[in-house]
Amino acid sequence: MRESAVMNRPRWVLLVLVLLALGSAALFLTLGARGGWGFVLAFRGGRLLALATVAFAVAVSTVLFQTVTENRILTPSVMGFDSLFVLVQTALVFALGQGALVSLGPIPRFALNVAVMTGFSLLLFRWLFLRETHSLHRLVLVGIVLGILFRSLSNFLQRILDPNAFQVLQDTLFASFSRADVSLLGVSLVLIAAASLVLLRIGHRFDVLTLGRSHAISLGLDHHRTVMTILLCVSVLVAVSTALVGPVTFFGLLVASLARALVGDSRHRFVLPAAVLLAIVTLVGGQTILERVFRFDTALSIIVEFLGGLVFLVLVLRGAAR
Amino acid sequence: MWLAGALLVTLALAIVSLFVGVGTVTPDRLWSDAEGGQALQLLLVSRIPRTLAILLAGASLAIAGLVMQTIVRNRFVEPSTAGTTESASLGFLAVTLLAPGWPVMAKMGVAALFAFAGTALFLRILRFVPLRDAMLVPLVGLMLGGVIGAVTSFLAYRFGLLPSLLAWTMGDFSGVLRGRYELLWLGLVAALLAYGMADRFTVAGMGRDVATSLGLSYESVVTLGLALVSTIAAVTLVSVGAIPFLGLVLPNLVSLLVGDNMRVTVPWVAVLGALFVLVCDILGRVLRYPYEIPIGTMVGLVGSAVFLVLILRGRHA
Repeated sequence: MRESAVMNRPRWVLLVLVLLALGSAALFLTLGARGGWGFVLAFRGGRLLALATVAFAVAVSTVLFQTVTENRILTPSVMGFDSLFVLVQTALVFALGQGALVSLGPIPRFALNVAVMTGFSLLLFRWLFLRETHSLHRLVLVGIVLGILFRSLSNFLQRILDPNAFQVLQDTLFASFSRADVSLLGVSLVLIAAASLVLLRIGHRFDVLTLGRSHAISLGLDHHRTVMTILLCVSVLVAVSTALVGPVTFFGLLVASLARALVGDSRHRFVLPAAVLLAIVTLVGGQTILERVFRFDTALSIIVEFLGGLVFLVLVLRGAAR
Repeated sequence: MWLAGALLVTLALAIVSLFVGVGTVTPDRLWSDAEGGQALQLLLVSRIPRTLAILLAGASLAIAGLVMQTIVRNRFVEPSTAGTTESASLGFLAVTLLAPGWPVMAKMGVAALFAFAGTALFLRILRFVPLRDAMLVPLVGLMLGGVIGAVTSFLAYRFGLLPSLLAWTMGDFSGVLRGRYELLWLGLVAALLAYGMADRFTVAGMGRDVATSLGLSYESVVTLGLALVSTIAAVTLVSVGAIPFLGLVLPNLVSLLVGDNMRVTVPWVAVLGALFVLVCDILGRVLRYPYEIPIGTMVGLVGSAVFLVLILRGRHA
């Protein structure tokens, strides 16, 4: 009896989440719409797609990052990942000059960003994770301080930039779900599809990774290569979400923790979709409520950060870190 | 002896700092009556207050960090890694919203009260931390600061004060003029009081049991220490904005140089703190002349880099 209830729970949760996600998407598209439906649907549809893309990227990258690092309080953003993206972007403008970047066009510029960032972050992670002497807390602390360092460095570079180039950059600095950059949607979707394909092909290895490094190796997994492949995909996903809405620190942590708690099963085929759906519900539903009901504009990122920060504190205090 | 040397270097740089800036102030122009004594005016209204503000803020923030590290007995704690700075901004924002007409002194008092409450909350949370890992303490503090900071930016956002909040929290000396920095002297008073109580903080740092058995009222010493730290954090926040990592880096460097006896380290920390901020500020003014890079950015850059080195070397892990 009890057995079957446990078996069914993940599926029920997923079903409810699918319904919630569809419901919030429908509300997002229709609520308070005035004027021609063709225009409204096209305009809001683009934004909906952007939000869903961000939700997917953040949720998948966080869950897999936690799998790779064998720990539930790490996220790419806690480790300073998205401030790294902002820094790379700033440094590119700084090094090449604003003119060169603008004439490059948004899509090659984005591709260049992603390439530099992926390479750099892989170096960083090799350096951080392959030194096994470090305690976990030290690792997180290093990540947070690296994030602060990257932010100060970007800030510093932005101050020395000439004011015009600074203007070009400024929009990427503040996380905002209401100003998702729809023009980058096409290239983002291509990148996400590519990363997802790679991840899908090695998807059967995720659960093995959860067992820990030594177990995974003794089960015949090429641990190092799998981890590096996943980290590569994670950096692409983070690059996409940062490019679309800017850096958010705790959002991924919030949805990943909630998904694990709701599903009550640590297998990836349940946790991953649950986290994605939860992220969609949070972003799309939250944005709808804030925009249409409370008439706020960009406050969602602040609320999400607050809740995510609380979840982080609770996890740390409960000793989930160990 | 060495201390006197450091003091001399600081003084020399302070004098240099008086003559760095967009308006031309040179010694010979001061005494001539060119342009109706404008140079002298500039010196009195802007340059001297600015240099004083730098020295006061640097010295008192560094001491605040030292006091906190002694009380919590953790090398990685200081106002910006324990939620103190964020609480002070929340308090200042709240009083600005609720009672915009109050004098600066009263607003600062409210900010200090909030800073005190936030830091006390931090200490309370620390009691529940399952294992006192040296790295876990600042981690909890940074997170608490993040949560309080999110509340603050939410309020600021809701009431359209986000730009002013960003302006306060980014430490910047460029707005310092005569009449707008004097509160910082209060920070110096707090720092001097901390110096007077150095021995008691050292004993309190040994833990409640040891302190009590040595005849010290543990609670009152810790409370007083937190009050001093909160005052310093609030005063600097209100006058010049947040300067991150200052209280963290300086005490650690000094303890590498001269050891851990607080009687000896306090003057060192104060002098080097002032010197450090002074150097960063002069650099910030020169690097992008005639614009300037705010002190918050300069110190954040240097400070986080040094912090990383400290963590990775793991001297106190």
